Order: sequence, then C-alpha cells, then structure tokens
Amino acid sequence: MSNSTEEYLEALYSLRRETEPVSTSALSKRLNIAPASVTEMMHKLAEKGYVKYSPYHGVTLTSKGYRSAEKMTRKHRLLERFLHDVLKIGNDKVHKEACEMEHALSDETARAMCQALESPDSCPDDGQLIPACDLGFSSCEECRKWGQDNPEKISKRKSSVVSMSDLKENQEGLISFIRGDNNVLRRLLDLGLTPDTKIKVCRVSPLKGPVEIACRGSRLALGDEIARNVFVEKVAN
Amino acid sequence: MLSHHAAAPEKKPVSRNGKHLTIALAGNANVGKSVIFNQLTGSHQTIGNWPGKTVESAKGFLDFEGYNITIVDLPGIYSLSTFSIEEIVTRDFIAREKPDVIINVIGAPVLERNLFFTLQLMEMDMPMVVCLNQIDLAESKGIKIDAAGLENRLGIPVVPTVASRGQGIRELVARAIETAKSPENTIATRPVAGEVIKDRPVPEAGRRGRHGRRRRHRRGARFRGGIDTGLTALAGLIDSENLDLDYPSHWVALKLLEGDATITDLVRAKSEKVIAASEVLARQTEEVYKQPRFAAVASERYALANEIAGDVQIQAVSKPTFVERLERLTTQRVFGYVTSVIVIAGLLLWTFTVGNALSTLLSDALSFFQPVDPQISGSFWSILWNGIFGGFVAGVTLVLPFVIPFYLLLAIMEDSGILTRVAFMLDSAMHQMGLHGKAIIPLILGFGCSVPAIAATRIMGTRRERLLASFAVTFAPCTARTIVVLGLVAVYVNIWWALALYVIDLIVMFIAVKVAVKVIPGDTPGLIMEMHSFKLPSLSVVLKQTWARTRSLIFLVFPLYMIGSAAVQTLYVYGILQPVSDFISPLTVSWLGLPGIAGILLIFGFVRKEMILLTMTVLFGANLAAVLTPVQLIVLALVGMLYIPCLSTVGILVKEFGWKSALAISAANLATAILIGGIAAKILPYIV
Repeated sequence: MSNSTEEYLEALYSLRRETEPVSTSALSKRLNIAPASVTEMMHKLAEKGYVKYSPYHGVTLTSKGYRSAEKMTRKHRLLERFLHDVLKIGNDKVHKEACEMEHALSDETARAMCQALESPDSCPDDGQLIPACDLGFSSCEECRKWGQDNPEKISKRKSSVVSMSDLKENQEGLISFIRGDNNVLRRLLDLGLTPDTKIKVCRVSPLKGPVEIACRGSRLALGDEIARNVFVEKVAN
Repeated sequence: MLSHHAAAPEKKPVSRNGKHLTIALAGNANVGKSVIFNQLTGSHQTIGNWPGKTVESAKGFLDFEGYNITIVDLPGIYSLSTFSIEEIVTRDFIAREKPDVIINVIGAPVLERNLFFTLQLMEMDMPMVVCLNQIDLAESKGIKIDAAGLENRLGIPVVPTVASRGQGIRELVARAIETAKSPENTIATRPVAGEVIKDRPVPEAGRRGRHGRRRRHRRGARFRGGIDTGLTALAGLIDSENLDLDYPSHWVALKLLEGDATITDLVRAKSEKVIAASEVLARQTEEVYKQPRFAAVASERYALANEIAGDVQIQAVSKPTFVERLERLTTQRVFGYVTSVIVIAGLLLWTFTVGNALSTLLSDALSFFQPVDPQISGSFWSILWNGIFGGFVAGVTLVLPFVIPFYLLLAIMEDSGILTRVAFMLDSAMHQMGLHGKAIIPLILGFGCSVPAIAATRIMGTRRERLLASFAVTFAPCTARTIVVLGLVAVYVNIWWALALYVIDLIVMFIAVKVAVKVIPGDTPGLIMEMHSFKLPSLSVVLKQTWARTRSLIFLVFPLYMIGSAAVQTLYVYGILQPVSDFISPLTVSWLGLPGIAGILLIFGFVRKEMILLTMTVLFGANLAAVLTPVQLIVLALVGMLYIPCLSTVGILVKEFGWKSALAISAANLATAILIGGIAAKILPYIV
C-alpha cells in the first residue's frame, strides 16, 4: 500500500459518518489536494476494493478499507502519544511527525508501543480516540500475557469493533474487547460485561458525559473514560 | 459471636439450648436489603463500623418463635473479589464468623446480575436461603419469575417477597431457621463445612441440555476442557496438605484459579505445592478459554446465571411504563439538567425555609440563654455558661434545624433513585474538577454539614477519590458558613455580595480541587454506577439514613462544640487569646486589613464557624456596620468561609484519613484563605 493511499484512507476514516458518504470536495479540502486528483484516486481505491465510489454522491469505506484506515489511524495516534509522552515533543509538532512516521511503523512495533505506553486511549493533541487493535484479544491482559508469541501467529479479530462511546442511543453491540488495566476490567466483568454479552446503549449524555447501557437486565452508567475503552461488535437492529 | 462490635442496646441472653442464631443478609446494592433488615429488626439495631474498617456495619435483633436471632446486614456488593473494603468485609465475615445461615437478598427485576453474586455465595458452601425481593417491581416491568423453578435450579430455598409491604418476610425467617437448624432437610444435601466436597447429583433439569444423564457436580459455575476435574484435584490437594484455612477447600481452589491476591498470599505462606499446582491449572484454563484466568471464571459464572435466569423468568414485551418514561426524561439532554437544577435548588430552598422556621421556634424556646460578661459574673461561671451551654444551644438552634430537614429530603431523593440521575448528568461537570459524578452526593451533603458529608465519601471507592472529595467538601458552604456570610454580609453590606461570596467559594473549591488532583498521585477512575429504577422511597430506610447522618453530628459535633467552646472561652478569660491574636496580627491586620480583634474571632471560629458572628455580636452589639467597613465585613466572611475547616471537620478527617491528611487539608485550606482573603482586601476597596 502506498503512503498516499494510506493518507487517503486515514482522511476518509476521520471524515466518515454513520450513513452519509464523504464528499470528494471535503476530502480534497482535508488533504489539500486538487479535486481532480482526488477523484482519480477514488477510482483507484474503488478498484482495489477499499472504497465504494459513486460520482456526484461521494465515497464510503468498504469493510476492507475501513479496517486498513482504522489501523493507519491507530498507528498515527499511537505515534503521537509516543512522541508526546516519551520524547516530550510539543503538541504542535506531533501530528506532522506522526504523519511521516506512521507509514514505516510495523504492526509488531505498534503493538510493542501500545504495551509500553500501557494501552493509551486518546491522542495528545486533540483527545481523539485511539482505535482498538485488530488482534483477537478480549483484554489487554491477554496481549501482555501472550506477548512473546510471534505476532504473525496471533489471530486477528473476525469483525471490526467500535468503541461504546461511538454508539448512538438504542444501538446494540456484543462486548468484544475491553482496553486498559485489570482493575477496570474486573469491575466490568463483575457487572456482567463478559465477552460476547449483548449491551444496548440507552442514553448518551452531552459534553462527553457518561453513557447509560442496558446489560443483563440491569442498567449501568459508565463514564466516558470507561465507555470509550469498551469495544463492541455492532449488532444490526 | 461478634463480641468485638459495639455493644447491643439490649443484649439478649444467649441460651444454651441452641435457640440462638446468627443470620447474615447479603446481596447487591439497591435490592431492598436495608428494608428487609429494618422489617426484621425494628428498632433493635446497632450501627457502627466494622472493626478497623471504614465500612458501616449494622446489627439487629429479632425474637422469632422462641429463637433469639442476631441479624447482620452486610454491605451491598456485586462480587466476592477483593477490590473494595466492602467485599473483603463480607468475605471475612462469612468465612470467619460463620453465620448460621445467609439470606441472600436478590432483586427480581435484575435477576441475572444478582444470580452472579448468588453463585459466588454458594461457592462458599454456607447454609443459605435466597430472598427473591421486589417481585412487584419486576411484574410492573413485565418480568415473571418461577420461584419454585429457581429453587430447583439452585438447590437452595427461594422465598419470594415484597419487603416494602412486608410480604413473605415471615416465611423467609421460617425457612432461614429451618435451613440453619437442619441444612440436610432442605433441597440440596449440603456437605458439612470443612468436609471434602462430595459431588452431588444435578437436579433433573441438567446443564447444557444433557437430559437423562445425571452429571455429578460441585455447586456453582462449571468449566470445560478438564478444568473442573483439575479444580476438584486441587481442592483434594488443599485438603491433604492440611492448610487449616477458614475457607472451604474447593472455594480456595477456585479463588486460586482466579488469581485472588489475598487467598494466594494466604496459601503461599503455608504450601508452595498448592500454589504451583494452581498455577498449572490457571495456565491450562487460559489455554482453554483464551482469556485471563479471572475473566474465564467470571464468564462461566455469568453463563450459568444467564442460563438459570433464562429458564425461570419470562419477560413479556411491554410498552415502557410511566416510570420508565420518567427515568428517560431525567437523563435527557435538556430535561436532565433542568431536573438536576430543580433537585439541588429544591433541596436548598426546602432546607432554608423549613430550617429558618424551626430555628426561630427553637431560639424562642431557648431564649433564656444569654451570654454573660465575664467581668461581671466571674470566670468559672462564664466558661461554663458561655462555653459549654452556649455550644449546646448553638448546635440546637443553628445546626440541627437546618441539617435534619436537609438530610430527610436528601435521603428521600437518594432512595427514590433520582440522585443517581443527578450524578449521571453532572459527571462531566465533576470531571472538570477531577472527580466523577458520584462525588456530587457528598458535595451536596456538604451544604448541610461537612462532617456527614465526609463520612459519605465512602461511596467513592479508592482512598484517593475519597480524599479529593473530602477536600472539596471542606470548601462547601455548610450551614455554619452560611450563617456567617448572611449575618455579616447580607445584613450589613447587601445580599448580592453575600451571593457573590457563594460563587467565589465554589470557584475556589473548583480550583483548589483541580490543583489537588494534580498534586495527589494516582489516576481518576471513571464512573461505574448502577442506575436503579425509580421507586417509592421506604420510610424506614429514609428515617434510618437521616438518623445515621444526624447521629454523627450529635455524637461528634456536639461534644466538640461544647468542649471546644469551653476551651477557647477559658483561654479568652485568662487573657491567653490576646497574645496569640497579636502574634498573628501581621497576617490579620496588615495583610487582610481586618481590625485587631479578628485574630480572636478567627480562633473562636475554629471551634464553630458561626462563632465569628456570635462573638462579634457579643462584643460590639447589634450594629456591626459601625465597627467594620463593608470591605472588612466581606473579607472576614470570605476568610471565615475558607480558612481551617472547623474543629468537628478536622475531627472527622482524622477519623477517616488519619492525622497527616487532616493536617495537610487544613493547611491547604488556611493557605487558600490567606491568599484569597489578601487579594480581596487589596482589590475590594476599589469595587465596593
């Protein structure tokens, strides 16, 4: 995958909306590239199966494209964290630096970086969520435990996951992965958020407040810093 | 028996013919456990702390068909791990004190989650009865539970109850006694405590649909991939090693598998062999489940809870009820905030209206009390009268009339479930400060009195969170501070400056806590809170809660009020205060721009904040405006609000967190007061 493909996918990832396609003009503005070149690139990406493109309507990521885009975004934001937290690079510079470095970052190094930074959940400059990894773990503890394994051997997640904080009211999901330390994990397990448990978001509060979910017949309020680290497989309803 | 607890008000004689029983009530929070406890024990209760722990313990007594029964209300918890002190207290009590029977109260509307805890209690192999409470609430949500079916599946007695109406309570006690007396007569043949677990046949409705095949099993969750066999073997090894533990062997085996730190340390001290075997089993479990060991165990427990709940409950698809619509409305993005404001404003308005009326009534009744002039009546008399009795009168007329109505309404709001919605709505605002939504409850309590508010920070979880919330509480405008602000500023300057002081106080609190969050190491854990359904508050629970909070006031605040008042009075009479006041005059006079007397006022105010106002009235008569300029009045009120929390608050801080933390908080308060007061003294002359 070329660097520019990766940049396009990342842009599409951050511009994506639930239902509407992304317009090529928005994309061209974001990447600061002429609309003609964007259109040309979209045809190429569509050929490779990363996006669905219908002229005059816009672009949507295919599930293959979504996964690649999410992975790139994850690497980008992990790098920002690393540059900021470990190397103490200023917030004004981390984005540009990460943009350059992300294309060279291997999956293995990204995983090691995530472990070393203790599974960070947001990037330092604008607080955006770092997406979950695509490894088939249900908690970070597993990743730490089976950390010596050859990364090629670790199975990947079967379907993509979204953060609970990105769900809308009345959306449902199956608990797939809980990021973070064991204390939070254990408390959530005790309350019934075990892998594959169905949850429904009942209420999303404004200003990054907590979400209210229904789980095993009970209702729980989870603060944003908890909810954004609970990843679910969306259930169509 | 619990001889190390607070003595019972009426100690019942323990009869020798086995007519005495101990029943422990265990269960999740908000399942009506307290209502049942109150139903069973009436007023025969003692409330205190678990020895050495900041967890409330409630013990009560009941005479039932010739039995003297002691009932212990265990804390409301979700699991028997060791994350919270409440969980440790519960586990230790069950294992060490070995109650004759445990009544596990479960909430019918949330059966599955409650069964997760029931299964963990069953693992401890104690005689137990399940109290299936709130069946009326469940029915209103369209949930029907087959109690007999549940009894069959669990193999222990299940009694359906509606505790709020007293339904089923008699039968509950009867079956609890029956179970305690002859556990073998109940459905499950229970192994004798300490004996090796003998596998028992499963009830006919076998697990995972293996009909016709009688599987042998232990109580509770089971595991696949040979882990079950491994657990039995591990329990066998624990038995053969003769470890002399308080807990049943198979429970210890399961806890070792989970990686429970407390149990692992306990066993490691006695047998490395057992630990080694448990590590092998844990690795095997993680291989089979591809999950951390503790997650595998939790998953299996929930799988079983889910299966049992699925078998015994029928959930009718019903339209949302009126109550459910109301619940949704209270977290809606506009109405949610409106509700929160109404709740808090209503609470304060009610407190001041009712409190004022009560306070006037009581002051009139106690109007014979007038402070005397030490010059006339002699020092001893003045110490006694002005100090001790004055402290008492102040407590009765100025604190109790405001605090009791406040706690009463707050308890009603808490029990109804509305307060969890306020915590939900205000979570992000509290985050700005570095606390989370639950801290709103102690903070609101702080508007009454800091002492019960600091005690209420126990709901916060970690010590760091409790400390931060308590620090915030020390800035909350309590009734005594309100008296000072109203008495000095609203009366002699104007009401707007009084309100401005409130706003300044809240801003100072906000900034001080934000700084403290940075200074005290550790993370701010996020909000995890159950949103239980709205319900009609139970009168007994509300009264008990109100009393519990008022009690801490009477037993801690009143004595300190009286002793402290007498002590400063003594110092005053013998002329010791003046040198101290002179000593701090660079601060009070030069920096804060107050008159020389302010030093004495602030020393008095340390005992009770409203003494600042009262002492002034005694010294200067009714018109304070003649003695102090408006700026001085405002600065004095501001400093009075912020400086060292009062003696009683320091007392509760010492009790809850120890000397060091109490001193640190007091010092931080004092520094803030000097800083803000000084700035105000410099700026205000240009504004007022």
